[in-house]
Amino acid sequence: MSSETNKILTTDGIPLEESLKKAEKKNKIKAFLLVAPLLLFLIITYVFPIGDMLFRSVDDRMVTNMLPKTFKAMEKWDGKELPDEEVFEAFYFDYKKLVEEKTFGKLATQLNYEKNGFKSILKKLKRKMKKFEEGNYKEQIMGVHKRWANVEYWRALKRRTPAYTYSKYLKGVDMYENEDGKIVQVPEDRRVHKILWVRTIEVAFFVTVLCFLMAYPIAHLLATLPMKYSNLLMICVLLPFWTSLLVRTASWMILLQQQGIVNDFFVWIGLVSDDNRPEMMYNKTGTYVAMTQILLPFMVLPLYSVMKTISPSLMRAGKSLGGTPFVAFWKVYFPLTIPGIGAGCLLVFILAIGYYITPALVGGASGTLISNQIAYHMKSTLDWSFASAMGLMLLTGVLVIYWIYNKLVGVDNIKLG
Amino acid sequence: MSKNSEFVKFDKVDKSYDGKVLVVKDLNLDISEGEFITMLGPSGSGKTTCLMMLAGFETPTNGEIYLDSNPISNIPPHKRGIGMVFQNYALFPHMTVYENLAFPLKVRKIAKDEIDKKVDKALSMVSLTGFENRMPGQLSGGQQQRVAVARALVFDPAVVLMDEPLGALDKNLRESMQYEIKHIHESIGVTVVYVTHDQGEALTMSNRIAVFNDGKVQQLSSPDKLYEEPVNSFVAEFIGENNTFQGEVSDISNGKCKVKLKEGEIVANPINVKSKGDKTTVSIRPERALINPTKKLDNNYKGKIEEIIYHGDHTRVRLNVLGNSEFILKVPNSSQNLDIKLGNIIDISWNSADARALDPK
Repeated sequence: MSSETNKILTTDGIPLEESLKKAEKKNKIKAFLLVAPLLLFLIITYVFPIGDMLFRSVDDRMVTNMLPKTFKAMEKWDGKELPDEEVFEAFYFDYKKLVEEKTFGKLATQLNYEKNGFKSILKKLKRKMKKFEEGNYKEQIMGVHKRWANVEYWRALKRRTPAYTYSKYLKGVDMYENEDGKIVQVPEDRRVHKILWVRTIEVAFFVTVLCFLMAYPIAHLLATLPMKYSNLLMICVLLPFWTSLLVRTASWMILLQQQGIVNDFFVWIGLVSDDNRPEMMYNKTGTYVAMTQILLPFMVLPLYSVMKTISPSLMRAGKSLGGTPFVAFWKVYFPLTIPGIGAGCLLVFILAIGYYITPALVGGASGTLISNQIAYHMKSTLDWSFASAMGLMLLTGVLVIYWIYNKLVGVDNIKLG
Repeated sequence: MSKNSEFVKFDKVDKSYDGKVLVVKDLNLDISEGEFITMLGPSGSGKTTCLMMLAGFETPTNGEIYLDSNPISNIPPHKRGIGMVFQNYALFPHMTVYENLAFPLKVRKIAKDEIDKKVDKALSMVSLTGFENRMPGQLSGGQQQRVAVARALVFDPAVVLMDEPLGALDKNLRESMQYEIKHIHESIGVTVVYVTHDQGEALTMSNRIAVFNDGKVQQLSSPDKLYEEPVNSFVAEFIGENNTFQGEVSDISNGKCKVKLKEGEIVANPINVKSKGDKTTVSIRPERALINPTKKLDNNYKGKIEEIIYHGDHTRVRLNVLGNSEFILKVPNSSQNLDIKLGNIIDISWNSADARALDPK
């Protein structure tokens, strides 16, 4: 009773809360309708593809469904020696069905990802299979090619048994699950991905550091110069930003190649001899130079927007209180720019870690990054599940960095502009 | 201990930013130790530039500034040991109140317990004890102002500069801060150079006021002298209210002069006029002109009331006297019954000593 009497009523006698809800409901619906197209767009273009990518990276039902009998027969196999007749027979019938359905090519491709050389023996088996007699399939299959008698291939086949697998992720870090179910590294001469991961992180890190070192003075100048000069400088910073990425990368190629302008200049001033021009492109140097230049505005702008808000009287106060210019800078100015530094570094690092075109064009063999490898698997080997797995690993890496940043600096402190 | 009367000395200081216009022209100014001196002037008069030159953020184009007899033009700001309170306080927003106050002590490598003592003392001086761990953003404008004052004083500087420190505060707070700063100055005896464009602030707080205009000190004197005895018409106009008559000296003798106006003639006190025929502006403070005086004064005229504005404690009456329809009178709001009604003609008088014949405008 008492709570009801205490309820505040509007002049019409409707409880105030209800009235407020009613009044705001319309606004809420309007607001939702306004963002609905964007929300839909995001779901279609972002949430679904990411979800699909996640699914694709672990999904191995195709092979599982192609060889149902084989995998069933393999359940009892311990994987140490060649499987017995039962498995060979099951495999023969499974494969025969695939040949009849003309879908055996897909299986060959998938199994070839697992172990090189699978494709050719499967093709050979297809040709010879027509003359197979009933019974004793083990002998007959092994007779097609000596690799069929190699237990490695059967182990590779068994690895594809589960409908969902994390083997692509292991492959992404140069590991695999061996016969005993242990996760081990691949032989040293085949460890390609680890090098790429390390190189990607290294390049992203140093590009971020280089960008920071160059952008800080520029941003400071921009924030402190009188308007008429700072506008001009701002245009100088933004002009490359408005130019196509390809054009900028191409212009770096012109500058950096062995017969390029920079090398010509070095020769002209006598820094290097004409027959000993340094290689500045198609290696890490080229990647560093071009990426730093391209990502520089992403560092300058957040720094500038933060520095612009710092009153010049703060530095003066620091000095008048007895701090040397350096102390005033380090104790007063620099801490106040940390939100900008955080935002700039995060932005540049995240962009750099997934950079694709520039390393592809100027990176050469020793300057390509993980994104180039992902693109390679998307376009050349068509191993999309592996590409998806690596893409997700990259995404996870970025999220981890974001999380660490949040713990250290706090995302609320980011100021992008 | 005798006080140094030339503790801070501006010696023939010129300052120009662009090589074309002099912002400060031939400034000569001596400030004695422990003095509270205010630089007062309209914006663009060069007062802040003088302060910045003293602080070391601007260098004089010509001339020299001496601090305790040492030339300081070549000493960088951080070695001058001058405290400064900035217009917008300039508190370090990422440091607590304690850290803000400890900053000047830390850079001087003072021991931790000594710092604690000094910070405590400075905070209690501005009655902010207990606010050590607040961030500047959590303080009100008045509190930030006090922290800024405490920070400028905590390292015992010989001189403290204040650049319109009360400009951002509301009227009531500004007035109470004026007294507070004045009391702090009295209790610790530091030399204060204060810049403001608010004449009320200057009059209440200072020992001496330097009125700046057009890059020059127009008058340097104590607040009462400045108000009562302005030396030129700019000062008379700038400080307080002022009734003026433009005219020409028709006679000058015995420390009095007669000034011929368009309509009539008044007897005035010759300040800036030397001889017959000089053009002059005669300045009379509103409160020095009396209505129906009991005593006989040497200037007696009739005026017509044109406007009455009620101000609470007093009433402002605009009269037409001797052809000047902008003549303002201040009538205290007392029980005295004067016949102040629109359109009435009343008798007004003033003493010739209060009518100062200054330079023409």
